[in-house]
Amino acid sequence: MKRIYAREEYCLGCRLCEINCLVKRSKSRKIIKAFRKERDSIVPGIQVEEGERVSFALQCRHCVDAPCIEACITGAMHRDSESGAIVCDEERCVGCWSCIMVCPAGAVRRGRERRVASKCDLCMGESTPVCVEGCPNEALIYEDR
Amino acid sequence: MFQLRDEKDMGGCAISGIMSEEGTRFSGADIIRSIAVMHERSNGLGGGFAAYGVYPEHADRYALHIMCDHDRGVEATREYLEATFRIVHDEPIPTRQIEEIRSRPILHRYFAEVRPEIKERFYDETEEDMVVRVVMHVNADIEGAFVMSSGKNMGVFKGVGYPENIGTFFRLDEYEAHTWLAHGRFPTNTTGWWGGAHPFGLLDWAVVHNGEISSYGINRRYLANFGYHCVLRTDTEVIAYLFDLLMRKHGLPLELACKVLAARFWSQIERGDPESRELERTLRIIYGGALLNGPFSVLVGHSGGMIGLNDRTKLRPMCAARSGDMLYIASEEAAIREVCPSPDRVWMAEGGVPIVGKLRHAEATADA
Amino acid sequence: MRKWLVQPDFVVERDPERCIQCQVCVRQCANDVHSYDPEDELVSSDSATCVGCHRCATLCPTGAISIREAELEFHPNANWTAWTIRNIYKQAESGGVLLTGMGNDRPYVNYWDRMVLNASQVTNPSIDPLREPMELVTYLGRKPDQIEFDRSNGGYSVKTELATQLELQIPVMFSAMSYGSISLNASVALARAAAEAGTFANSGEGGLHRDIYPYSKNMIVQVASGRFGVDVEYLNRAAAVEIKIGQGAKPGIGGHLPAQKVDRAVSETRMIPEGTDALSPAPHHDIYSIEDLRQLIFAIKEVTHYEKPVSVKISAVHNVAAIASGCVRAGADIVAMDGLLGGTGAAPTMIRNNVGIPIAVALAAVDSRLREEGIRNRASLVVAGGFRSSADIVKAIALGADAVYIGTGALVAMGCHLCQKCYTGKCNWGIATQDPYLTKRLNPDVATRRLGNLLRGWALEIKEMLGGMGINAIESLRGNREHLRGVGLSESELEVLGIKPAGVGA
Repeated sequence: MKRIYAREEYCLGCRLCEINCLVKRSKSRKIIKAFRKERDSIVPGIQVEEGERVSFALQCRHCVDAPCIEACITGAMHRDSESGAIVCDEERCVGCWSCIMVCPAGAVRRGRERRVASKCDLCMGESTPVCVEGCPNEALIYEDR
Repeated sequence: MFQLRDEKDMGGCAISGIMSEEGTRFSGADIIRSIAVMHERSNGLGGGFAAYGVYPEHADRYALHIMCDHDRGVEATREYLEATFRIVHDEPIPTRQIEEIRSRPILHRYFAEVRPEIKERFYDETEEDMVVRVVMHVNADIEGAFVMSSGKNMGVFKGVGYPENIGTFFRLDEYEAHTWLAHGRFPTNTTGWWGGAHPFGLLDWAVVHNGEISSYGINRRYLANFGYHCVLRTDTEVIAYLFDLLMRKHGLPLELACKVLAARFWSQIERGDPESRELERTLRIIYGGALLNGPFSVLVGHSGGMIGLNDRTKLRPMCAARSGDMLYIASEEAAIREVCPSPDRVWMAEGGVPIVGKLRHAEATADA
Repeated sequence: MRKWLVQPDFVVERDPERCIQCQVCVRQCANDVHSYDPEDELVSSDSATCVGCHRCATLCPTGAISIREAELEFHPNANWTAWTIRNIYKQAESGGVLLTGMGNDRPYVNYWDRMVLNASQVTNPSIDPLREPMELVTYLGRKPDQIEFDRSNGGYSVKTELATQLELQIPVMFSAMSYGSISLNASVALARAAAEAGTFANSGEGGLHRDIYPYSKNMIVQVASGRFGVDVEYLNRAAAVEIKIGQGAKPGIGGHLPAQKVDRAVSETRMIPEGTDALSPAPHHDIYSIEDLRQLIFAIKEVTHYEKPVSVKISAVHNVAAIASGCVRAGADIVAMDGLLGGTGAAPTMIRNNVGIPIAVALAAVDSRLREEGIRNRASLVVAGGFRSSADIVKAIALGADAVYIGTGALVAMGCHLCQKCYTGKCNWGIATQDPYLTKRLNPDVATRRLGNLLRGWALEIKEMLGGMGINAIESLRGNREHLRGVGLSESELEVLGIKPAGVGA
C-alpha cells in the first residue's frame, strides 16, 4: 500500500503541505477564499514538526494494526477497502477522542467546525496526495515500501 | 572569363566514367555520348573531361594543361614554369570551332620534367610536392592563369558550355584513353568561368563531383594545416586534396581513405568486431576534420584507375555496371546503357562503400 | 553606525488582495525581509535587505509578491548611472572592495547575438534528426596528425596508440564550481547529472568530497593556485586533471571563498583550517613562466602514469592566442578558455566587469592561430563564459570549439536567480551556501533531474540545428565557419572572428 514518507533532510519547514491540505479540505477549493473564509474551521491532515535544525511533515501512518480503529467506540474509524487508508466517518463520530489518545503518532486532531476526529485520509480520490504534489523540494514521497 | 572568386561553387549535377581495366585505349566519343544523355542535369555553364593514357609519347613527363586570359599571363606562366621545369615540348591544345562555344581563353599544354638541379636543391621534398607547389603558385599568384591538370600521361579538358559541346570543342573523339571521366555542371551562381568547371585536377588526381559538401568550411581549414590552399572555392578541390593527403602523403590505402571520408555512424562501428571497431574509431577520432558531410557522388580518377564513392547516407545517385573488363559509373543508368546496352552486371552504389576500377598492369599511385 | 548612504536595491510589493498570511515567505527568506506580527496577525515586508532572489515570490502559493527595482530614481544621467553612484556610496561607507558574484552584468556586446546560422536549401538537403542518425559524440584529448596501421589477415589493424580521450555524448560539460563556493548537494547533483548524461563535471578548486567518489569517472579535478585538496589519490581518482591558471570572471587573481562558507566539511575537503578565508594566490607560485607550466603538466602526467588528459584553463586576455599556443606546446591535451562573461562565487566587481575579453573572439583567434601553426590536433579547445543556450553552443562549435563548459547555465537550471549575492553565503536556493538550514533547499534528486533535462533539451536543439545545416556529425561543424554569418559587426570584428557578413554567399 502506498503511504506518504517524509525526508527530513529535504524539508524546508515552509508548510506549503499544510496549506495545500487545507485548500483540499475547504468547500471552495480556492486558496484565497479558503484562507479568508474557512481558515479557522479546517484542520489540515498534515502538520509540520520543527526542532532546532530539523523539520518534517507528519500525518497519519495508516497503520497496518491501527489502534484508532480498535479504540473507536462507534466504528466511525475504519479502513477504506480500496485504498487501504484509515478514514473517519464523520456521520458516525461522536467526538469521544479515544482515537486521539491512543494514536502513537499523534496524528489525529480535534475538528474545529464539528466535534469529530480529523486526520489524513490520503486525499481519497486523488492519484497523488496534494501535500506530496505541492512540496517544492520533493521532501514528501508517496510510495509502497 | 573571371568568376567571382568569393562565391562558392555548388557542385552539380551529372557525372560519368568509363574505364578499361585491361588498359585498352578507346576514343572519347563514347564518354561524350554518355554525358550527353544527361543533358538536362546541366545548365550549360560548365562541362569537362579527364582522360588517362592520352599522351603515350610523353608518358614520363608532366603534362601541364594551362588556361590563360591573355598573353601576358602566358608569358608569366612560361617564365615561372621554366624555373622549375625543363619544357621538352609545348603547343596549344587543339580545338575545333563550334557554334556553341563562343568565347574561350588561351589553352596551352606543356610536357615537362622537373630540373635535376631543382631536385637537388629541394632534396627534402618529393617531386610531386614540388609540382604541387608550382601549381598552387600559378593558380593563386599569376593573374589570369590557371592549371587545369598536372599529371603524367593524362589531361583535363574543361570549360564553359554543355559537356558534349566541350568534348567536341576539344576534339576528344580524336584522343584515346583507357579511363575517361566526364562532368556536366549546374552552377547556381551565374558567371561562368572556365577554371571553375569540373574535373578538378592535381597531379594524377582528377575529381568530378555531384552534390554539396556541408563540411566544406572545416575540410578547407583542415587541409590548410597540411599546406593545401584552396583557391577555387569548390568542393571538388577539397575532395582532390583530401585524397592526395590521405593516400599519397599519409600512405593510407583506398579502403582506409574511404573510411575517413565516408566514415560509418558510431552505432554501426560499435557493432563491429573489436579490431575493426578500434580501427574505425581511431580513424574517426584522428581524421574528424576530413569527414565529408553532405550529399556527394564522386568519381576520382588516377593513374591506377578510378573510384566511385557515395556519401554514407546515399543522398546522390550513382549507378555502376561491368561488361567484360569495362567498368562504367554514372549518375544515371541511362548514361551507361547509351554506350553499353547490355552489361554483365548493373547495380546502385552503396553509401560509403567505394566502387573500385583497377588497371591490371599499371604502376599505380593509389594502392587500392 | 548605520550606513545612511546605502539604500535598498529592490522594493518588495505584497498584493493585499492575494496575501493569505500563510507565512511561507517569512520562513523562506534568509535575509529577514518578511516578518509576521502575531499581535496584528499580519505579514509585512522590509525591503531594505532584499537581494532580488525571488525565493518568496516563487514559493508564495497565491503569487501575491512582486519584486521591483528600487524606486529611488536619480536625475537622468547617462554617465553617472544609478549603479555607479550606489557603488561609491557603498565604498564611502565601508572603505572596502566592491564584491559580487556570478558573471559580468555590464552591457558589452554579446557576440553570439551578432552571429547567425545557416540552413540548407535546394542545393543541399537538410537532415531530419528525428528520423536519421545525428551524431554529437565528441572526443577531447591529444590526437596525432596521421594514423599508423598494419596489414593483417586481408584487413588492416591500427598501430597508433591514441592518448586517452574523454568521450562526451554531448559537447557540453559542467564548468568548474568549487565545493565551498557551492553546497555539497549542488556539487553532487552536477557530478551525478554529468555521469547520467555521459559527459563530465569539473570539481573546481575545492577538492573532491567523498560523496562524489562514485562519479569520479566523470569528474575533471582542478589543480589551482591554492592546491586545495590536491594529493596523489585526488589526481588519480578522476578522469582528467585541469591546471587552473585563471578564470574569466577575474583574470589575474585567484579564487576567493569567504570564511563564513568554510565549514567543517569544506575545511576537510580543502585541507585548510575551518572558518578561515580561502584565498588562492594570484599566480601558481611554481609557474612564473611557460616552461614552469610544462614542468607541472608533466609532473601531473608522471603521477597519473600518462593515463589521463591534462587540461590547462586560462582566462581570455589580450594575447590569449600566444598563451594558448604556448600551453599546447607545453604539453596540454586540452586548453580551456574562460571569457569576459564567466561567472564566479565571489570576485571584486571592478575586475569581474572590466578584465578579460569576450570568449568568441578569443576562441576565433586561438583556433586560427593553432591551425596556422599546424598544431590544432594536439589539444582540444573547450570554451566557457556566459553560454546561455544551445544556439550559443552551436555557434561556438562552428567557430572552432570542441566543447563548451556551462557554469551559470547549470546553476540557473538548479534554481539560481542570479541575485549576485553568492559571496554572502546566504543563497536562498541552497546552492551557494554552506548553512545547513539553507542547503536542505536543494534536493539533489530534483537538481540532478533538472540538469539532465537541460542537457537533454539542448542536445535535441543542437541536433535540429545541425540537421538544418545538412550535417549529421558534429565533427563536420567544428571549425566550419562557413555556417556562420555576422550581423551588425564591424569589418575588423568580422576579420578577427573569421566569418563573413550576412548577405555574402558561400
